[in-house]
Amino acid sequence: MATHPGHPSVPDRSDGMMHGLDPAAEDRAQTAPAGAPSRGGTVADVLAELRGTLPDEALLTDPARLATYECDGLAAYRVTPGLVVLASTPEHVAATVRACARHAVPFVARGSGTGLSGGALPHAEGVLVVTSRLRTLHEVSAADQRAVVDPGVINLQVTKMATPEGYYFAPDPSSQQICSIGGNVAENSGGAHCLKYGFTTNHVLSLDIVTPDGDQVTLGTRAPDAPGYDLVGAFVGSEGTLGVATRATVRLVRLPQEVRTVLAGFAGTDEAGAATSAIIAAGIVPAAIEIMDALAIEAAEAAVSCGYPAGAGAVLVVELDGARHEVADEYAAVERICRQEGAFEFRMATDAAERAAIWKGRKSAFAAVGRISPDYIVQDGVVPRTALPEVLRQMTRISAEQGVRVANVFHAGDGNLHPLVLFDGSKAGETERAEAVSGMILDLCIEHGGSITGEHGVGSDKAKYMPRMFTDDDLDTMQLVRCAFDPHGIANPGKIYPTPRLCGERSGRRQGAHPLQEAGLGEVF
Amino acid sequence: MTHKQVRLGMPGVRGQDEPAFDSLRPPSPELVDDCVHCGFCLTTCPTYALWGEEMDSPRGRIHLMKTGLEGAPLSDTMVGHFDACLGCMACVTSCPSGVQYDRLIEATRAQVERRHDRTPKDRALRSAIFALFPYPRRLRILRGPLRLTQRLGADRLLRRSGLLERLSPQLATMQSLAPQLGKAEPTPERTPAVGERRAVVGMLTGCVQREFFPGVNAATARVLAAEGCDVIAPRSQGCCGALSTHTGREEEGRAFARALIDTFTAAGVDHVVVNSAGCGSSMKEYVHLLADDPDYAQRAADFSARVRDFAEIIAELGPVAPRHPVEAVAAYHDACHLAHAQGIRSQPRELLRAVPGLEVREIPDSEICCGSAGVYNVLNPEPARELGDRKAANILSTGAELLVTANPGCLMQVATSLERSGRRIRLAHTALVLDASIRGVPLETI
Repeated sequence: MATHPGHPSVPDRSDGMMHGLDPAAEDRAQTAPAGAPSRGGTVADVLAELRGTLPDEALLTDPARLATYECDGLAAYRVTPGLVVLASTPEHVAATVRACARHAVPFVARGSGTGLSGGALPHAEGVLVVTSRLRTLHEVSAADQRAVVDPGVINLQVTKMATPEGYYFAPDPSSQQICSIGGNVAENSGGAHCLKYGFTTNHVLSLDIVTPDGDQVTLGTRAPDAPGYDLVGAFVGSEGTLGVATRATVRLVRLPQEVRTVLAGFAGTDEAGAATSAIIAAGIVPAAIEIMDALAIEAAEAAVSCGYPAGAGAVLVVELDGARHEVADEYAAVERICRQEGAFEFRMATDAAERAAIWKGRKSAFAAVGRISPDYIVQDGVVPRTALPEVLRQMTRISAEQGVRVANVFHAGDGNLHPLVLFDGSKAGETERAEAVSGMILDLCIEHGGSITGEHGVGSDKAKYMPRMFTDDDLDTMQLVRCAFDPHGIANPGKIYPTPRLCGERSGRRQGAHPLQEAGLGEVF
Repeated sequence: MTHKQVRLGMPGVRGQDEPAFDSLRPPSPELVDDCVHCGFCLTTCPTYALWGEEMDSPRGRIHLMKTGLEGAPLSDTMVGHFDACLGCMACVTSCPSGVQYDRLIEATRAQVERRHDRTPKDRALRSAIFALFPYPRRLRILRGPLRLTQRLGADRLLRRSGLLERLSPQLATMQSLAPQLGKAEPTPERTPAVGERRAVVGMLTGCVQREFFPGVNAATARVLAAEGCDVIAPRSQGCCGALSTHTGREEEGRAFARALIDTFTAAGVDHVVVNSAGCGSSMKEYVHLLADDPDYAQRAADFSARVRDFAEIIAELGPVAPRHPVEAVAAYHDACHLAHAQGIRSQPRELLRAVPGLEVREIPDSEICCGSAGVYNVLNPEPARELGDRKAANILSTGAELLVTANPGCLMQVATSLERSGRRIRLAHTALVLDASIRGVPLETI
């Protein structure tokens, strides 16, 4: 990493831009000041500039090829990008972003394209920067408990490489066999095991990024903590609005001495939810607690024959991991609690294959729903764990009232719901009804003190719900952070915020200045 | 549908503005809609593994089909991405939504073959392949000169000269893939069961299998007989049509299928056993291939239901013949058309693990194709070579001294790839290993 001294760079207030610390970037800044882009540029200008710099096969312009990039894992939103750049090096990314900055052309970063909130939805007059070819695993170091990877490296691949050393990468989204680390960083991805181990943000030590000006900088250090603002923390989960990650140093976690995965069958979600609360109340923090309801079980069985208890109205999957004695004690307690709460079947996976079968049912549930419904919306919301039974009851009521089937899969331990709203888009009115139900579910979450997204991100899909959860002042404050990184608003515009602001622009809806400005504590850049 | 056009030797589509697909069995819009774009197929797709781009992934190709169904023309670009698919069906295995990509790509390929004009060079190569491979008699004529050049070492000389490579990489690939030929060993038309008869099975002798790997057919018949099967191998049987059907030459494939159904119906057998993964998978698909043929639809359905892979039938019957030790460390390679297309993974492994003295190891990234894929390695030598090299490295990493697999295409491709890596390990079809174990003879003598 010769060109990236391992220090975080901080925004320079004098011009509101970030500077890379490498001398080459400084030179570029002088010859082509990114702060003064030629307004009114187009994708064609960017393409012309990149033609000589990037290999031809990295630049996709054929309409048929461009069309294959029109959506990510959320196929309901489709926009054909103006240009696709298949980057093979961080320099390709930087050159592309620099060209975009110079011509004030929007860009969107994309990893494996498995996101469920349309975070990588392309911009019609913009450039889609694809990082799936940046897939070198540079270093797996057991001694340092870390791995250094390209953004296109697949999440599960990191674990596969670390396992022989006795380590693994903890964040495990259901799409871990295909989602990329770059995407995990952008979305702050979680997974079944984040109840105990935290989200992606808890596992990233340092990032090389390309800023929206095209500078290559390093955020964070490889040391466990660094002084100054936690810019890595700001970047992780920023959904591509603060730049593009081109390399990540991630934390590896020691493989537990023992893992026990149990599957308990209940009559319904009420009982399964009560068991969850009782387990946590007993002071146990399992690696994962998951609940699937009858519809979700039906779909998973159809897809992968996971062998869940027959006739169950809900299954509870509990994974306990840690030191052998500790796991044994917890296992006994979990069994007792489940039986008390009415589990009619309680079984433990006796080998790796059985454990895999249990998880396969759970992890394929989203896509498996495609077998029982032509179309569906994957919703993602959070409620306090104690509100789970009430929210589930309300959801059942809404589903019955609206005549829309809702399957439920959720990370019960942290109250992260994944209702799957089923519909048939070819029938008149069904799409609209499903969307309405989907929105009502989010309202339920907010009413009960929860959030509109647990781990899928806001992206294109949920920008419209942000005002239900945040005040205008909240949203403006967030956008001030964005402006610090992206003064020209070209990094993934249109995502997260329902009303985009240009930096320097005053809020349209609020009379007067931002409260921080009025108090003399802040100024618009 | 009739097309007016002037051929100037240029590739392209008849009628550039026409939609990609006509009304004769286009890829089914309902099957296309089953894809929810989740991306779970990406990492198991060999071309995505090579190139990391959406349009060379199953999800991307389905997207291209969708745009085609919506009216986009069958451009050279689009055809290129369909052609690049190996048809390995790893995506069918990894798809949680149950998308039938196998049916989709087959329908698409048939449309491409009918409606897209290939370059004269490509046309000539394809004509040559399909005038040769599906015809055992023509392959047999090739055996003599091939064997002679091999015995004189002229084949290695030719390879070293790079002459063929300059002339045509595809021809060079074909030449390099030809296995070392032993003497011809015709399968008897009838092999009686040893001991109690438990089934009467027909046996497909195949084309490449019959002419290039005759020892495999002989071993298959012996093992089946030892496990209590009367084995009928009708001399009149022809090609199963797998290569044609999997390359979009639908009519040719249907003609082969009808003839084979006739042959085995006349033989009056309980099951038709196949020892070549690609052939077995295509015979199990006759039910779809001939679904629109009023005379054959029902017969095809009955026939497909009776087709069994070699390992599948023995596992189904339950092995009874005593095994002798075969001392070796083996790696088992899943042929895509066995594992992904037919879902047969555990049976061959169990049969091999039951051989005393034989240690069976798993190959990393076993779900990724070796690059053989029917005639793919002849039509697309470069990606096939890259995939072959990856497979060879993964095989060598197991430390095995013997590679076992159940498809002649894989055997040729893996042998060539291992040779290129400068390392040699022994290769054998599952039937050869079981035959050696049952007969108690060393593997080397087979």
